Amino acid sequence: MTKQVQQIDRVIIRFAGDSGDGMQLTGDRFTQETASFGNDLSTLPNFPAEIRAPAGTLPGVSSFQLHFADHDIMTPGDAPNVLVAMNPAALKANVEDLPRGATVIVNTDEFTKRSLAKVGYDSDPLSDGSLSEYKVSQVPLTSMTVKALEEFDISKKDAQRAKNMFALGLLSWMYNRPTEGTLGFLKSKFSGKPEILAANVAAFQAGWNFGETTEDFAVSYEVKPAKLPSGTYRNITGNLAISYGLIAGSQLSGLPLFLGSYPITPASDILHELSRHKQLGVRTFQAEDEIAGVGAALGAAFGGSLGVTTTSGPGMVLKAESLGLAVMTELPLLVIDVQRAGPSTGMPTKTEQADLLMAMFGRNGESPVPVLAPQSPSDCFDIAIEATRIATKYRTPVIVLSDGYLANGSEPWRIPEVGGLPDLSVDFATEPNGADDSFQPYLRDPETLARPWAVPGTAGLEHRIGGIEKSDGTGNISYSPSNHDLMVRSRQAKVDGIARDIPELQVDDPTGDADVLVLGWGGTYGSIGAGVRRVRRAGGKVAQAHLRHLNPFPENLGAVLGSYDRVVVPEINLGQLSMLLRSRYLVDVISYTKVRGLPFKAEELAGVVQEVIDRV
Amino acid sequence: MSESNGNGADAGFKSLRLVPRTDTEYKMKDFKSDQEVRWCPGCGDYAILAAFQGFLPELGVPRENIVIVSGIGCSSRFPYYLSTYGMHSIHGRAPAIATGLAASRPDLSVWVITGDGDGLSIGGNHLIHALRRNVNINVLLFNNRIYGLTKGQYSPTSETGKVTKSSPMGSLDTPFNPVSLALGAEAGFVARTVDSDRKHVTSVLRAAAEHEGASFVEIYQNCPIFNDDAFEPLKDPGERDMRLLRMEHGEPLRIGSDRGVVAGDYGELSVADVAEVGEDALLRHDAHRADPGYAFALSRMDYPAFEHVPIGVFRDVDRPTYDGQMADQLAAARTERGGQAELAALLSSGDTWTVD
Repeated sequence: MTKQVQQIDRVIIRFAGDSGDGMQLTGDRFTQETASFGNDLSTLPNFPAEIRAPAGTLPGVSSFQLHFADHDIMTPGDAPNVLVAMNPAALKANVEDLPRGATVIVNTDEFTKRSLAKVGYDSDPLSDGSLSEYKVSQVPLTSMTVKALEEFDISKKDAQRAKNMFALGLLSWMYNRPTEGTLGFLKSKFSGKPEILAANVAAFQAGWNFGETTEDFAVSYEVKPAKLPSGTYRNITGNLAISYGLIAGSQLSGLPLFLGSYPITPASDILHELSRHKQLGVRTFQAEDEIAGVGAALGAAFGGSLGVTTTSGPGMVLKAESLGLAVMTELPLLVIDVQRAGPSTGMPTKTEQADLLMAMFGRNGESPVPVLAPQSPSDCFDIAIEATRIATKYRTPVIVLSDGYLANGSEPWRIPEVGGLPDLSVDFATEPNGADDSFQPYLRDPETLARPWAVPGTAGLEHRIGGIEKSDGTGNISYSPSNHDLMVRSRQAKVDGIARDIPELQVDDPTGDADVLVLGWGGTYGSIGAGVRRVRRAGGKVAQAHLRHLNPFPENLGAVLGSYDRVVVPEINLGQLSMLLRSRYLVDVISYTKVRGLPFKAEELAGVVQEVIDRV
Repeated sequence: MSESNGNGADAGFKSLRLVPRTDTEYKMKDFKSDQEVRWCPGCGDYAILAAFQGFLPELGVPRENIVIVSGIGCSSRFPYYLSTYGMHSIHGRAPAIATGLAASRPDLSVWVITGDGDGLSIGGNHLIHALRRNVNINVLLFNNRIYGLTKGQYSPTSETGKVTKSSPMGSLDTPFNPVSLALGAEAGFVARTVDSDRKHVTSVLRAAAEHEGASFVEIYQNCPIFNDDAFEPLKDPGERDMRLLRMEHGEPLRIGSDRGVVAGDYGELSVADVAEVGEDALLRHDAHRADPGYAFALSRMDYPAFEHVPIGVFRDVDRPTYDGQMADQLAAARTERGGQAELAALLSSGDTWTVD
């Protein structure tokens, strides 16, 4: 029997199960299949910080949401059209997010009295009618997997563990995904364990075959490839893109990359990735703590390396002192803060963008630091290169504010030609620059106000730097009141002057006569963009602009703000950018905030914007 | 910038085999900076600075390849008074900063200057980890058993019960023994010397520079303002021979002319009259023992109050350096392709697809 294939333009699927059920792997494989098929896509992994929370409980639920389409999309989607729930906890934790009519595929084997009671179900939702507004497919995933693997010489536990591959096979059939990538992946993952490999492949195929033969699934779906600009693509997460961007920054500047880092969620994957690329001269140093991580990076920068440290909020706090030293010694240093929900330990695996004011001001004294923020997973690559450019050209630490959503989320990335990337060559000081062949380490470039970077090993330029206030020019210790005033203002002027060297803020205002502007920064770009599209589709007029440079701001920002009646600023904090805008430009922006550890929903932002439009 | 000079071991200090050599015949004055030295009159730091400046020409490496990194405290002003490259960094962090510098620049001779507060209190964590990693740096810890720059609070090496501004009824803290701590942190080279004995300071600096990997030198240093004469029993001509145990590798461990060190059944060390136990019963110092237990036992002999104080090299044992192994890993991973091609290959690795 040939089944019907239905064309759809997009779909949102969420895989949900126990932390140990392999949902992240399943989602990641489905994503890779989707990417290689040529759809546009966006993903949202969502998992607990506990490595293995107690099985079958609500806190232990791990999920992976994927939105893919035949056109370009901006977010992982507000609400899933399809939920795969591997147990009652996964159903209970996610069912509220489903719109009416959504498809729910449940693993009935796990719906035992005990498992239901564990998450507070008084009756079985599969039979009590509470799921009546959804299309529920009841599939005994575990037992079918075990049955399919009877002939293999593996333990029952290993057989049960392959149920995620059965689910992946079933969904791959439902959406006509190419399977070569997954089969190749399994081959390399289990290359040393032929029985486990064969079992996983069999489970995957059993899932596919089940979809094809069972009458439970009458229709499969096809989402045509998206018409993206021509080029070679790969799927990329923000953490991977930042890692590649840092390596590119090193190659383009000619400076060897030195990463000093301490493991912390959700930034550790950058440390993992960079440690794999010693062939590109990358040195990675896993330090004893966050302080040593940044300290070592600064020491390497003093020696002429591209010094980088990676962390998240709780680590940023500890690096403040060394950042101050980098400001004072005016050495290039890249600080990547993959923001997570705070304060304190907060929610390590959940996203937030509440470190902006810390990045701006979280040091003693007047301590200006350029701040950048990527707007999408693939933009992390470009922002790392931009951070390298600013840090090396202006001899300053630069903070990059990524976040947990960008770090773990993914999207297709058009791979750039290496030859087309900017030349970031650095000129080290090699000659004396003062009277009598002296070297003046704080004699500034009149244009950039950057000081010369003379690395140890350069004869005749021996000098001492440090955290004590410097005398202008000579860099000797100085307690002179007028010199301190001059140096404080010079450091500020240097960072402020970068505004002349960054792109103007672009405003997307298709009709040219919108009264309302939505202004965001960092990881909210996709949600805001999707929300704005909704408003426009409904006939509303709205302009959108997004800040990637937070310090200094683009030079035209004030003018942009002044040219709209109302400016809405959505943030996943309590209004930090809004505070900066109000104090700098005296514009009473409308702050819209939410701090749930999750990205904004497009529908929600569309509603907020529409309300403002209606009030103008 | 990381050219090896390719010279053999006879060409200079072992720890500097990746540092270029120079024919320039430096004098002590070549290592003095133009900055006025601003320690209190009578501070032990003057003597250490003079000994250090006098020793640097011996290294035989270009001045520009020497870097001094310090933290915060009186001792940490050191870099300003030397004409080399230097960084006066932040409190306690010098070992971390020096680690990044040394790990990325094997062509430099890197020295960390720290004190008992900087290195053992706020920076204790960085110190122990730099030592266990065996980064090729030399750590000189000036121990005056007091906080000087903040004007006289007790430090992590101050004796229990010490009355200071912050401990008017006596300090409650048990002090660290810096040598014991360094040995516990897996340091391959651990030594102790006394600020006023320039010849001995120089000999210890020489041994530290010879050692490849992290070397740790505790220097007893007098603070004339807040803890004057803390080490007087070790300096007073009438008393010092009763207390100082001058360790020389391969030589019997003697204190003065008539006493020496013997080992008990469990490796514990004690002092005996030579006349009683005989010359042959004295231990011969072996700084190269792989097992740190013996060096640790030696480090405990000064307890509780300078009864017998070993000076010289406690332990000098080779093991692979962190920076050397890091360089080896990079060399092993290197390909013939070159950076740009390698980068292009990296960016397009994994599953890709093409849109026309």
